[in-house]
Amino acid sequence: MLIVVCIKQVPDTTQVQIDPVTNTLVREGIPFIANPYDTHALEEALRLKDQFGMRVVAVSMGPPNAEATLRKALAVGADEAILLSDRVFGGADTLATSNVLSAAIKKLNEQEEVGLVLCGKQTIDGDTAQVGPGIATRNGYSQLTLVDRVDQVDLAGKKIRVRRKLEGRHEIVEAPMPAMLTVVRELNRPRYPTVPLRLESEDREVKVWNNEALKLDVNSIGLKGSPTWVSRIFSPEREKGEIVGDGLHDPKGTSRLLIEKLLSKDLLPV
Amino acid sequence: MTPNFIIYAPLLAVSLLFFSWSCYKRFALIAVGQPENRFEQLDQRIMGVLTYALGQKRVMARSFGLNHAVIFWAFLVLLLANGEFLISGLFPALNLALLPGPIHHLLQFAFDAVSLLALAGVVLAAGRRLFFAPDYMETSYTSAKSAEAFLILGSIALLMLAYFGLHGAMIAMGKESATYMPVSGLASTLLAAVPAENLQALVSFFWWLHALVLLLFINYLPHSKHMHILTAIPNCFFKSLEKPNTQPREEFVKGGRFGAGSVDQLAWKDLLDGFSCTECGRCQSVCPAAITGKPLNPRQVVHDIKINLLKGSLEQDSYVPGQPLIGTGEGSVSEDAIWSCTTCGACMAACPVLIEQMPKVVKMRRHLVQMKSQFPEELLNLFENMEGRSNPWGIAPTDRTKWYATMDVKPFDADTTEYLLYVGCAGSFDSRQKHVTVALAHILDAAGISWGILGKEELCCGDSLRRLGNEFVFDKLAKQNVALFNEKRITKVITQCPHCFTTLKNDYRQYGLELEVIHHSELIDSLLTSGKLKLNHQVKELGKIAFHDSCYLGRHNDVYDPPRNVIAAATGSAPQEFERNHENSFCCGAGGGRMWMEEQLGSRINLNRIEEALAGKPDTLCVSCPYCLTMFADGIKDLQADQIQVKDIAEVVAEGLRPVNQ
Repeated sequence: MLIVVCIKQVPDTTQVQIDPVTNTLVREGIPFIANPYDTHALEEALRLKDQFGMRVVAVSMGPPNAEATLRKALAVGADEAILLSDRVFGGADTLATSNVLSAAIKKLNEQEEVGLVLCGKQTIDGDTAQVGPGIATRNGYSQLTLVDRVDQVDLAGKKIRVRRKLEGRHEIVEAPMPAMLTVVRELNRPRYPTVPLRLESEDREVKVWNNEALKLDVNSIGLKGSPTWVSRIFSPEREKGEIVGDGLHDPKGTSRLLIEKLLSKDLLPV
Repeated sequence: MTPNFIIYAPLLAVSLLFFSWSCYKRFALIAVGQPENRFEQLDQRIMGVLTYALGQKRVMARSFGLNHAVIFWAFLVLLLANGEFLISGLFPALNLALLPGPIHHLLQFAFDAVSLLALAGVVLAAGRRLFFAPDYMETSYTSAKSAEAFLILGSIALLMLAYFGLHGAMIAMGKESATYMPVSGLASTLLAAVPAENLQALVSFFWWLHALVLLLFINYLPHSKHMHILTAIPNCFFKSLEKPNTQPREEFVKGGRFGAGSVDQLAWKDLLDGFSCTECGRCQSVCPAAITGKPLNPRQVVHDIKINLLKGSLEQDSYVPGQPLIGTGEGSVSEDAIWSCTTCGACMAACPVLIEQMPKVVKMRRHLVQMKSQFPEELLNLFENMEGRSNPWGIAPTDRTKWYATMDVKPFDADTTEYLLYVGCAGSFDSRQKHVTVALAHILDAAGISWGILGKEELCCGDSLRRLGNEFVFDKLAKQNVALFNEKRITKVITQCPHCFTTLKNDYRQYGLELEVIHHSELIDSLLTSGKLKLNHQVKELGKIAFHDSCYLGRHNDVYDPPRNVIAAATGSAPQEFERNHENSFCCGAGGGRMWMEEQLGSRINLNRIEEALAGKPDTLCVSCPYCLTMFADGIKDLQADQIQVKDIAEVVAEGLRPVNQ
């Protein structure tokens, strides 16, 4: 049985600045990293592999240089890495991206049964959180978003039970497999690659699938298949804050005031 | 003399054979270690033997050490006496009396006199162990009052007594003259009451006593801590000629094993170290981790490696370790111990026989990080930040230039600037250290130095990675830095951090990069001395200043005087010294990557140092390292000693650059 992990290579957003004139991201010289949430998805897949012996396939749609991110997945223990790369995939929004990823997962399923698809809850560049659910919908998988704990995987009964982290509460959900999970950071601590695995991964194959392999209608992928587009990117003006109390002369009273204020706005967990 | 050839000859032969076999077994085990060239630069090695082994320099660094030196020198002289004793036992005609008279007499006197000194030495040593042993002699596996110690001291005493008994009786019999053997002469007067016909029996008794104790002692050596008699001198010869923290590079090839996860993955010198340890406990007495109650004790590490080695089995050429090197119980080093090391190098500076304790810890870290990915969880972020953003905090590299918002700072250009100011991660990102960078920049400008920076292109030097055992990522970073430095044609570098300093200066040399690296304290010292830097007024506003030696500047690079000169020049008086200063300085607790870890075991190292500072009631603690600055600022807050402030040496000098009327 396969676990497919969807990984996106994203610009390291802590290093991204917005060009004040053109309102676009200044991407020059910005290093690319694996989307941080996706590394938790990969870690969970590797843990399930350690426990149940499933095979882990890392899949990424992106330009040829996204191979570096997939190689890192191999270095921590993924069994196979597939890069979905074709000029016609370019310029895709979340819908077109889900179309490509769903097709790739279906193709994998023809070779070996896919039991689970794991994604990060969202990417740090687009922040839409739509691609994972998009895959689940297109492939007819159970959709389990915001997972912070995997409680049980019943391979024989093809069932999975997870905990979802929602605002102010948790939800424990059981669903039939195959299932698509999107995960949050609290799920696990990603492992650090050992040097022997890293060295070995340098020579391993990252397969590249283009649209000849997936045979998708060009109107459903890439820019053509994207009904949404970005019209403007900008940093929102920050509303002016307020100074609470007089911390210099009355630190205790001010702290109390601040806590009450935060509580009243429901910003502190009680 | 009256040995019985029939009994003595086979006894001697068996003893020597058994001794040789024991030594062979030990040395065969040492050969199990990884190869490492310790034969280059013979002149320095010979100097090492003369200074540390024969000269007993480190031994005598502590008050009671003279006692050991006396016993050791007596031992060297008596090697000749005992050699003669063993040979003339077989062939009575072969003895030192064959030498010309004056030489023979001189030797007789020397043997007699040093035997007395040795006897006095072992009596004092036993007395010290019994009545005034220092705490550091105690540890989990041995104590000041260990049976082994008294067996060894007792054997030596017995040898000396037998020597005097033998020669006293010979003199009493009139077979030897007391002229050149005053102590034996004294012994003979004690034997005056013995009837003449019994004297021959006494001679025999003392001869056999001497022979038996000597042969037993020789055979006990390889199985005891007294093995150091055989290994200490070679150990000094094979000392590391590198700086303590500059350890050999690893070659990252597929199928390789990295670091030391089993005892045979250590270098042969690491194993020789185990047999050279005399268990004196000096490393333990200076180790910041051991002193603050952490599970690391450098002497225990050396001991456990030796025990581990002995527990393995060696058949033909293959060695099978008996137990894991990293783990629990005697013979294994615990992970907590391995991660407690600050790589301050105090253990190595204290060891009389130049054992390298700290590099063994780093080798084990290399194994844990690189082969097992097993390390304190705080380090995961550090490692990823270092690799992804080339700084420990993971701050955007574009922020490296934020410190000079209000200054005019030029980028380094080999054609127009002389020095690169390598700002370093702390100098670029740490809000407190940024003040130091600004102070240093003002000083450089005031002295008319031509300098520039790398700005956003600057990378971390990788110090913490290397000390934490992440050699793989350090290697990548070092190669990037070396390429960058070469591309920019950088030759002269100023650093404000002893960790950048040592890494650029010593570690990068292993990558073929030879730089002139100057710590800011050295540069400011030379600028003040040459008159290029003139202060506007003498710095009095910081009150009494105590100077703390950073491990990586002092012990690891021997820079002790420049910062003191700077303080003296800036304030008009020499800095106050900590009780532990210069090579005895005590770590702030942040070296070796400890800066990035929680200190959950034992008491806090920085508080130990601050408490020491408080004793001298200084107004200002002066440091020369960003880690020390952070650790001391934290320690002062914890101890609510807010009357003291912490300043970097550049800030002290910058104070003197302010116009007088301010």
